[in-house]
Amino acid sequence: MKRDLAVRRLDEPGRPVVVRLDGRDLELCDGGNLAAELLAAGIEPFRRTPVSGAPRNPFCMMGACFDCLVEIDGVTRQACMTEVAAGMTISRPGAVSETKND
Amino acid sequence: MEPEYAIIGGGIVGLAIAWGLLKRGRRVIVIDGSDGSFRASRGNFGLVWVQSKGLNRPEYARWSQKSVALWRGFSDELQANTGQDLALQQNGGYWFFSSEQEMEATVEKYDALKARLGGNYPFDVLDRVQLRKEEPEIGRKIAGAILHHQDGHANPLKLLQALAQDVRRLGGRVLNGKTVQSVRQNGHFRIECEDGTVVEAAKTVLSAGLGAAHLGPQMGFKAPIRPQRGQVLITEKLPRIINRPSLVARQVAEGGVQIGATNEEVGFDDGVTTAGIAGLARAAIDAYPILGRAQLVRSWGALRILTPDGFPIYQQSDHMPGAFLVTCHSAVTLAAVHALLLPDWLEGTEKAPDLEVFSEARFGRA
Amino acid sequence: MIEADLVVIGAGPAGMSAARQAVEAGLSVVLLDEQKRAGGQIYRNVAHVSPARADILGPDVARGGQLVAAIQHPRITHIAGASVWQIEGGTRVAYCVNGVAAVASGKRLLIATGAIERPMPVPGWTLPGVMNAGAAQILVKQSGMVLENAVLAGCGPLLYLVAAQMCRAGSPPLALVETQSTADLLSALRHWPGALRGWRHLVKGLGLLAEIRKAGVKRYSGASAIAVDGADHAEAIRFTVRGRQHCLSCETVLLHHGVVPNTQTARSIGVPHEWQARQRAFVPTRDEWGRTPQNGVFIAGDGAGIGGALAAELAGAISALQIAGDLDALTPAQRDAAARPLRRALRGELALRPFLDRAYPPYQGALSPADETVVCRCEEVTAGEIRKFAKLGCLGPNQAKAFGRQGMGPCQGRYCGLTVTELLAAENGQSPDVTGYYRIRPPIKPVTLGELASMPATGWQPNGKQENDREN
Repeated sequence: MKRDLAVRRLDEPGRPVVVRLDGRDLELCDGGNLAAELLAAGIEPFRRTPVSGAPRNPFCMMGACFDCLVEIDGVTRQACMTEVAAGMTISRPGAVSETKND
Repeated sequence: MEPEYAIIGGGIVGLAIAWGLLKRGRRVIVIDGSDGSFRASRGNFGLVWVQSKGLNRPEYARWSQKSVALWRGFSDELQANTGQDLALQQNGGYWFFSSEQEMEATVEKYDALKARLGGNYPFDVLDRVQLRKEEPEIGRKIAGAILHHQDGHANPLKLLQALAQDVRRLGGRVLNGKTVQSVRQNGHFRIECEDGTVVEAAKTVLSAGLGAAHLGPQMGFKAPIRPQRGQVLITEKLPRIINRPSLVARQVAEGGVQIGATNEEVGFDDGVTTAGIAGLARAAIDAYPILGRAQLVRSWGALRILTPDGFPIYQQSDHMPGAFLVTCHSAVTLAAVHALLLPDWLEGTEKAPDLEVFSEARFGRA
Repeated sequence: MIEADLVVIGAGPAGMSAARQAVEAGLSVVLLDEQKRAGGQIYRNVAHVSPARADILGPDVARGGQLVAAIQHPRITHIAGASVWQIEGGTRVAYCVNGVAAVASGKRLLIATGAIERPMPVPGWTLPGVMNAGAAQILVKQSGMVLENAVLAGCGPLLYLVAAQMCRAGSPPLALVETQSTADLLSALRHWPGALRGWRHLVKGLGLLAEIRKAGVKRYSGASAIAVDGADHAEAIRFTVRGRQHCLSCETVLLHHGVVPNTQTARSIGVPHEWQARQRAFVPTRDEWGRTPQNGVFIAGDGAGIGGALAAELAGAISALQIAGDLDALTPAQRDAAARPLRRALRGELALRPFLDRAYPPYQGALSPADETVVCRCEEVTAGEIRKFAKLGCLGPNQAKAFGRQGMGPCQGRYCGLTVTELLAAENGQSPDVTGYYRIRPPIKPVTLGELASMPATGWQPNGKQENDREN
């Protein structure tokens, strides 16, 4: 679900590149912090918890809380510790599908 | 009123025995260690396992089988009493082989044991193709597997919690954070702890894991036990990849894949090493290549309690009658018989199982 | 394998300063930095800050720029994007860069991994839209993004700094909901000598408050019963002040009630920790040079005890001087002479702490959360469940963890550890020191099994050793 998060850019956005999010094209700023860029694009939630399916977004932005976990090219990574690169394939396994694991 | 039994050690062994005694109406007190104690009950692999045990000691195979057969009823009762889901799965388990010769050699041993067990040893030999049908994610390096239908796994932490809850519900007293210093007998038993706590009871069971090495001799036991480290890995929660457990990997109910384990003689060191966990990772990827992409969340070392031959010890003390030693390294598998059958042995009833083969006599005279 | 005299983990002020001091004494340094650019948290992205953003962040940032420049030195190997996952033998560090595992080995190790914000569990804190105040600051520093119409809740100097930075950026917060009371401030005045000695910081603080006032930001103090409402996202924040309940509509809530040492790395190698009552946190055991009881291991900066960026810089240099002395690059006399002015300055930097710690104590409601509050975010375990584990005989967090799984998730206790310790301590009537903390194990940061397997084989092979195979 896209939400107009109250995030305002102070600088001009960087060069846009195309990434894949859950099978669809999305434009993000090249080299930007992935968690920040997804927030600015209104992407929410980043994931749903494996225990109860609760929605989660980034919390600490410094690699300590692990709430911003997304799957990048098949591997679970912290979005706040990742930089946007053209062509990266991002998926949110819990967030998009309603079926719980097992 | 004085407790009838003081159980020294509140892990899976001690609590299962306490539970069994409490259900028979005995008065029981459990004396347990501290938050930082070595606790095999917290670090194990959760297997409820038959295959490969007692290949040269059919009594051990039978004892394991007995427990595995009773496990479902035991688990159901604990679940009904406490609301804890022990996640018992008894759909069989694998032994993996990287060559057909190795597999054939083991099949021979299993066949021999099966004969001695009167045919009660149900296993299938799966070649590559058959194994891939059962485990779609299995790797090419695995040449085949023995699937034993009596194997399974459960959640050992839920087992521990359910026992802790139900022992209290049944009226057992549990003292936590204690270090037992001395055990003396003068008619009854007098157990003194480091912090001055004194417990007196008619009988006592020593089920303190590695602690028995130090307390056992005091009580007239040989207690020839030593620690053996197993390093274990657990991954992030994953979609279902693994259908049945093996000693290499199992997928727990919550989704993480548990990977084990080393067998190291390093004394009382429960740390992990880079070489150890890297080796475990390689073995896991050989078995299930898709695990290459899985994130490792945690690793740990747990200390098994090993006797020289690897079998349990069930022994009443000659010097202190009424004191019993119970030690094993398969406390999860044996939890059912410890809870349901061992109390008969402790009480000396006519239903007592014959555990003579597991006495300390096999270690010769001191 | 990369070898150097000194391996430093962390490129914040302590790490950068230590690295520079070490090479000036003639040593070689490997600086392992999990961020892509040096600066740590406080000086995040400082080398790439535009003038406009520098205005928002304030003049202190310039110091960070100097430190980053200072680590451009031929004997400093700065490895960016290095995620440290294990340390062996005291000073052999296994890490991962771009999916490839590697090892850095030194004669000495300096852990400079800094601080994290103290967890502040309140009802609703796991909702999207709720973040740490530090997260908002990182968004500004790293990505030039500011959160609009946020409510800041909690206490402490960082709250004011973030609020002021947001005002400068043109997005003043909706409100500051502060948990410290007038009584706290009055009680802190007994530490006035230290406060006076740290007058520069006090003046800065008063300046921040003036900016916030000038921007018209509504402030509440002495707040309690803080909770965030919302279904799938934060929608409002509720709190009570002087018996009256308030409810503010908002979609962004920023929580903060202090920073605490990030003890993961030090604990993972067995460095003992003590409970420090004044800071209400665990700090590693170390001497005045930052040397820990673990052979060859030093700790400096906020990870050794909260003191702020300048204190961290001084402490890093002091540790480096001792390390240089250890390795015979400096005589004891040289080491002491160089350390003397640093220690004097450090004392000055730390002088204000007792006042600050007393004036802005942690929010009691988060130290002892209501039963239904989620305490372990990863496994969604509530405070009530943890209190129940205490009744099941769990004297410490490791037994409790076995029952509830709190501390077993990916964050490995970073955001629940202190809360769980405090809850069990309170239920069992024991001090946090006696209660203890989670046992921290590798990996310190996640590493994939594939990355692990790519480590060069060192001879150990799991050979399919079977259960009871000694029977055969």
